[in-house]
Order: sequence, then structure tokens, then C-alpha cells
Amino acid sequence: MGVQYETVIGLEVHAELKTNTKIFCSCPTEFGGEANTHVCPVCLGLPGVLPVLNKRVLEFAVRAGLALNCEIASFSKFDRKNYFYPDLPKAYQISQYDLPICKKGYLDIMVDGTSKTIGVTRVHMEEDAGKLLHGGSTITASHYSLVDYNRTGVPLIEIVSEPDMRSADEARAYMEKLKAILEYIDVSDVKMEQGSLRCDANISLRPAGSEKLGTKTEIKNMNSFRSLQRAIEYEVKRQKEILEEGGTIIQETRSWDEEKGITVSMRSKEEAHDYRYFPDPDLVPVIIDPQWVSEIRDSLPELPDARRERLVNEMGLSGYDAGIITGSRALADYFDQVAAQYNEPKTVANWLMGEFLRLLNAGSMEIKDSKIAPANFAALLKLQADGTISGKMAKAVFEEMFETGKDPEAIVREKGMVQISDEDSLAFIIEKVIASNQGSVQDYRAGKEKAIGFLVGQVMKETKGQANPGVVNKLLKQKLDT
Amino acid sequence: MHERREGEINLSLTGLTAHELCELLRNREISSVELTRAHLERINTLEDKIRAFVTVTADLALSQAKETDAKRLRGEELPPLAGIPVALKDNMCTKGIKTTCGSKILYNFIPPYDAAVAEKLNEAGAILVGKCNMDEYAMGSSTENSGFYPTRNPYDFNAVPGGSSGGSAAAVAAGESVIALGSDTGGSIRQPAAFCGVIGLKPTYGAVSRYGLVAYASSLDQIGPFSKDVTDCALALNVIAGHDPKDSTSAPVDVPDYTKFLVNDIKGMKIGMPREYTGQGIDPEVNVCLRQAAARLEELGAVCEEVSLPHTEYALPAYYIIAPAEASSNLARYDGVQYGLRVEGDDIISMYSKTRSQGFGEEVKRRIMLGTYALSSGYYDAYYLKALKVRTLVKQDFDKAFEKYDCLLTPTTPSVAFNFGDKINDPLAMYLSDVCTIPVNLAGIPAMSMPFGMVKGRPVGIQLIGRAFDEGTLLRVGYALEQNSDLTRPRPELKGVM
Repeated sequence: MGVQYETVIGLEVHAELKTNTKIFCSCPTEFGGEANTHVCPVCLGLPGVLPVLNKRVLEFAVRAGLALNCEIASFSKFDRKNYFYPDLPKAYQISQYDLPICKKGYLDIMVDGTSKTIGVTRVHMEEDAGKLLHGGSTITASHYSLVDYNRTGVPLIEIVSEPDMRSADEARAYMEKLKAILEYIDVSDVKMEQGSLRCDANISLRPAGSEKLGTKTEIKNMNSFRSLQRAIEYEVKRQKEILEEGGTIIQETRSWDEEKGITVSMRSKEEAHDYRYFPDPDLVPVIIDPQWVSEIRDSLPELPDARRERLVNEMGLSGYDAGIITGSRALADYFDQVAAQYNEPKTVANWLMGEFLRLLNAGSMEIKDSKIAPANFAALLKLQADGTISGKMAKAVFEEMFETGKDPEAIVREKGMVQISDEDSLAFIIEKVIASNQGSVQDYRAGKEKAIGFLVGQVMKETKGQANPGVVNKLLKQKLDT
Repeated sequence: MHERREGEINLSLTGLTAHELCELLRNREISSVELTRAHLERINTLEDKIRAFVTVTADLALSQAKETDAKRLRGEELPPLAGIPVALKDNMCTKGIKTTCGSKILYNFIPPYDAAVAEKLNEAGAILVGKCNMDEYAMGSSTENSGFYPTRNPYDFNAVPGGSSGGSAAAVAAGESVIALGSDTGGSIRQPAAFCGVIGLKPTYGAVSRYGLVAYASSLDQIGPFSKDVTDCALALNVIAGHDPKDSTSAPVDVPDYTKFLVNDIKGMKIGMPREYTGQGIDPEVNVCLRQAAARLEELGAVCEEVSLPHTEYALPAYYIIAPAEASSNLARYDGVQYGLRVEGDDIISMYSKTRSQGFGEEVKRRIMLGTYALSSGYYDAYYLKALKVRTLVKQDFDKAFEKYDCLLTPTTPSVAFNFGDKINDPLAMYLSDVCTIPVNLAGIPAMSMPFGMVKGRPVGIQLIGRAFDEGTLLRVGYALEQNSDLTRPRPELKGVM
């Protein structure tokens, strides 16, 4: 009989902090820029330079720690992680080893309607490395490699989870929640595709019911939520097949190959570095004033879970809708702004999740790129609600607004799209349609209720879609039923 | 004075101190250009024998001197060291001027920035005459580890000048520079100061910015001055000390005017003499000088008493864990990627390996190996962590002694300057020459070496050790001794050269 395996997943997430300047010098952190232009002797690691901690980095790390329900260490320090690589100009990375700034936190995820708490082991600060551009496929297969130190010294936080996740879905939900939280507290751009949010996954299997962890592999190079999910699914399957054939898992680091959809071995445990961590003597210990921590705590915005609760309890949204809307602070903020001017939260939610997200996704855009002002969004919904325009017209107007950013009333006016609800204006057309469609009239009177739909369609056609279908329906029935 | 011929002026000018020269400059008895020329000529005459410099910045010095003279003629207010020739150990970065750290791996490195001390000396009006030779990466006690050539002791060309700041010490002793800066990680200012018969002060850790000092062991490195007398030492410290926001380990404390401590009065001061510093391994003739110094201090009204610093014997081994551990990490950046020597290889690993094999000397490699081992997984607790605990104990010894004593008096070195080749093949013997100076670095406290007597024609150095940020007391005691003894201002004869 086959052994049932349980999947155990822990994630190590790196988020670039969106401070203006680097962690240990005053160079700009700005993404892009000509190679090696955002550099100075300090981030280039020239002989004799010394690091000085950017206080903003500390503040952002504490913000993240508080948002993740962590304990904030009153005493913390920086350590050197020693290894040779050309993108690391000092041949060591300044990081935090045994005394991280934050530890023992958690966040809640929701998978298939079930809530689960995932532990956050620690959050620590460190510096990013530079970027290498190889002449060939890898550093060893290249005649030359070029290095850009612009990213060197950009501040990072590393967020390490407990091995609490049991499926790729849970891992993805954790990552999505983490992204949302970091976005809410405004400490990172959290763009996986651009590398401002990166994730490594530790994956192992164990017989169901067993307490002891199995041998793990570490998966790197997953650049989207989708690749995270696919990579984990693949790796779980790979490990399961090995175990079912009686094999053993080798502890190693594996790289996700997006194109092939597989993980490939990078290096084994034996080849792993001894980083020779030790306290960085160039930096002084970080001693945190509890008063400062409470000031940061007080400055935290409403976080995704609280906001979701509010949308459900106070605005009557379904848990599912509220989850989607609060999954991104930008979307949730936008929702609040529209709903503040048009007090029908469900309608607002439907439009946001429907038309709005559809158009944004189609254009690979973000909410901040949208031309539709929340006030115009609300105005459009009001036009539809008071019957000035039909739902179909509203969609057309919305697309136009999305394109041009114009206000909906102007669009409606320009296009003469005003809905005809006036019964006197419609009576004449209805008479005409009844007269020229006697077959359908007979059918209706014979009990075929559906035939009225055809007649309404004819009226709409005659009015070039401007007739209010509700009113048309009502008038038609009055005529035919008498 | 106006009667003197050019040659005579030169000879006497290079023998004078900064405070004497400042006086002559202020009174316009000499010009900065004249003073700078005198020192450049002295360098020209002596360098074949002494080799105190890696780089002589003659053109820069003369143009700086001309500028200073012009300012003085215009009647501008001039900073404290205006027109005074100074030299920097070659591990302090100077913008646009080669900074080699005494290593082949940095033979062509030209920093794009100035070390904090270089900036401060420049602001103080000092004239940079050159960059001084040193043991590679400040690792050594004789300059025999220089990647280029050793420096000779001006008192005896067969003797080492001490190290690692041997070039700076020799330059001041030989009159090639009025003041020089060195760095001291385990004695690298005080030991060469002792060997070359000059004043050398290692300030409190954090008193002088390390920004721009090429790191050897960051938690121990400290920059300090070499000078011909205690007054010059105070003047130099006034210029270089002070908080620097670019150095996180620099202390945010107010800097006193150190010349205020030069009062020639030490009545009632209590001076401890640690017995662990005068026992086995210390040349009895050095101890004789030390006792003479103590006797003189007592005649001046101080009280000298024996004290014990029981953990002294563990300081040296702890140092040789901590310093190499930090060095192994600090020196990892010299990999041929960005600057300095690059020896091409088949791939990145062989480039690293060839560059570092050919670029670093034996002692540097030895310490990188030691440090790498000490920090390795499984050894960290047994070596590095234990060494840190010893460091705390050593510091506590001093703290306890300073509850009772204003400062401590010890020999600076176990013996006077040794000869070339005596210790270079015996690392342990070489390491022991720093046995009296190393505990001070571990404790982070200030200490000053000053000359007191001679043994076999070579100067003896005595060391005054003080409380953290109490350099003032060291200057005060040193000044009193200097004012009341003729054993404190030796002069090298420079036989056969001058």
C-alpha cells in the first residue's frame, strides 16, 4: 500500500525597500539608469570606505515587522556574509545573522474559503548585490562578464516563513498576502517581474502524520506568482516520484526553468558556501527605542485583513469580492473613493472587478495608470442608476472614459447617447413596431412570453439602442395585454 | 637669523618641530615654500638610505606651499598647521594620489576620494610631502613585509624602523616630514615610534575617523600622529580628532583643545606600572630606562605604583584571532574585479586565485588563512567567540586599574629596534614585539609612546596608557617628562649620509 506524503513548504522572500537612497550610502535607489551611474566609493566597496545605516531602512523594516505581527528586537546588529562573486564588490554582503530586527510574526491566508495562519520566523535587513551581464550563458561559460553596481546597496528585507505551508496554493496565497501587506504599508514596490519582490522556496515531503521534516530542496529563480505555483507543483511531484521509487532526496539548491517547466540542480549541500558570518565591526549595534516603535505602529494604515472585514461587515460585500478588492491597496483605495461618491458598494465592486480590471489587464496596466478619476467612475454609475443611460451604454461610455479620461456626462452628450425613457416619445415607435410585426404579436398573445423580447429588440433597433429597455418592456405589455 | 645661508637654514629647519616652525612662518622669518623645499631636499638626500616613502608628492607640496604663502601675504587668517610639511601612511586614501597600502595588489590604485584625515590635514593647511612605506596592509612590525622595499631606521640602517607604520616614524625621525600619520591596530604607531625615537600616539578607538583608512582589522584600527615632541602631538591630534558621520564607529564626543593639557605639572598624579609588562621577555636594559622614567615622574610629584593586569598574557593570542578574522573579510575585496592588480585566468575562480596569490605577500596570506579558519563553521565559538571574551577580560583589567590610577606606564616594546632578518622568518618572535601594545588596542583605549633613553645607540620607547578619551592625561604626563628630562629628544646622527 502506498504511503501518503505531506508537503512542507517554507518561503524566503526578499523585498526591495523603496527608500530614496541606498542602505549604507546616499546614492539613489532608482530603478534603471545607465549602468554604474548610481554609485559612489561606499557602494563600490572601494578600499577604506565605511557603511552608515540609512535610518529609513530601519524604519521600513520595523514597519514590515509590525505589519507581520512580529516582535521588534530592542537590540539588533549587522553581520557580514562572506563569499566571492563579482556582483558583490566587498566580497561580503552586510546582512543580519543571529539577531534580526524582527522575529516571531505571522500572517493569515485564505485558501478555498478556509483561513490558516502561517508563521513568520524573522525579518532582517540586508544590502542587495549588483547585476551581472554575461558574455555567454553563465559566468563560467563566458569570455567576459559585465557588472552594473547601480543595484549594489539597495536595501532589502528578507522575510523568512515557518515551514507551515502544505501546498502550492497555500504558498501562492502566502506570497499574495505578503505582497499585499508590503504594498499597504508602502515599503516596497513588490513587483516580482522587476525583481523588487523575490522568492525562494524550501520544499520537502514527509509521510503523513510524521513530525520529522524530510530532506528539503531549495528552489530559486521564480519570477511570478504563476511560476512559484508551477515550480512548487513540479518539485513536489518530482520528490514524490523519487520517494515512491524508494529513492532519497538530495539536499540541494535547484533552479526553476520557466520555459521547460522543470527544476534543475544548481549545487548540492556539499558545495554550499560556508559564509563565515561574523558581526560587522564597521557598524554599531542597532538599539531601538520602544517609543519610536509605537510611533511607527500608530502610523500603520488599515491592513488587508482589517479592510476585508470592513468591506464585508460595513459595506455588505461578499467575502470573496472583499478579498479580491483588498488584495491590492491601490484597488481597495480606489474602491473606497468610488464608493464614497456612489453609495452602492456591490455595484461599485462589480464594476471594479469586472470592466475595470478587464481593461487594466488587457492593457497590462496598473490602477495608477488609469485615466478614470474615481469621481467620474461614480458619476457613470449614477447615470446608469437614474436611467439616463442603459447598462450597455454605460459599458461603452466606460471604455471611452478608460481611453480618454473624459467625464461620462460629456461623452453621453457628445454621442447623443441619452436613453429615451419618455413614454410619449416611445409610444409612437412602439405603435410602429407592433404594426409591422404582427406575427410576433400573435405569438405573444398566444402565450409565447418570449416573443416580447423580439419586439423590445425591434424598438431598441429603431431607437439605435437609446430606448430604456425597462420602459419599452412595460409599454409593450400595456399595449399587448389590453 | 637672516644672516644664515640657504643650506644652513635647510638643515636646521628639518630639525624643528611644527610649533617652532609655525612661529617662524607667522613671523615671516621663513616661507612655506622654503620650508617645503627644505623637506623635499632632505627627502632627496636621505631616501636612498631610508626609503620612508612610497610616493613623494613634491609638485603638489610646492604648489600647496605657494598657495599658503600667497594667503599669508594677503593677510588671510591661516589654519593651525598652515605650511607645515606632513606625510601620510600609504593606507590612507588620497584623492588622485596613489594609495598602495604597501601591497603589490594595490600598486596602481588611485582613490577617487580623500580619507577624512587627509581632508582634515588639508583644511588645517598642512602640506602633503608624500605617502609613507608600511608593512603590507599594516601587517607586520618591521616594514619587511612591504610589497616594495623595507624602510631603514634612521638611527642605524641595519635596524628595522618598526612597523607597520615604519615609513611614517622614520620620516619624522629623519626630518623628512615634520608630522606624519600612522595607523595602529596592535602597536603599529607606538612600536615604530619607539624604534625611531619619536612620539607616537594611538588615540582612543573612535576618536579619529577611520573613513578612508584601508581596513586591516576594523574593530582595532585607529589613526594617530607621529611627531618630534609632545606639543606637536597635541597640535596634530587637535586637527584629526572628532566625530565623523561617515564613520559609524566614530564617537560623538566633544574634542578638547589638547594643547591645554601641556601644563608641566603632574603633582599628585597616580601612575600604575603593570608588572606583567616588565617581566619575562623584556630586555633588562629597557626596564632600566623605564625605572629611570618612573623615578623622574616621582621627582615631579607623581606617585608610581605597581599594579597587576592579570589577563595580559592572553591578549596576544586573542589579538591573533580577532585581527586576522576581520582581515580575512576586509581583504576579500582585493579580487582583481574592480581595481588594483588583476592576473587573468581561465575563469573567474582562477582569476581570483592568481590575482590574490601574486598580489598578496606571505604575512598577509598567513593572516587571511588564520582568520578564515577562525571564522569557519564549527570553529567560530572555539576561536573567535572565545577571543572576544578574552578581549572583554583584558578591557576589564584596564577598567579596574583606572579606578585607582590616572594612567599606566610600561615599556612600548620588549627591546630596542632589532636588525633586518632577525625575526622575519619567525612569525611568533615578530608577533611578540607587539606584546606591550596589543592589549591597548583590544581595550580601545589611548596610549602614547615617547622616547626615553637609548640602548646600544638605539632609542627606547616608554608607553603611557590612559582611560578612553583621556588623551589629555597622556599628553600632560608626557609633556612634564619632556620638559624635565634630556632623555626624551634623541636625534639620529645619520652617519655617512648627512
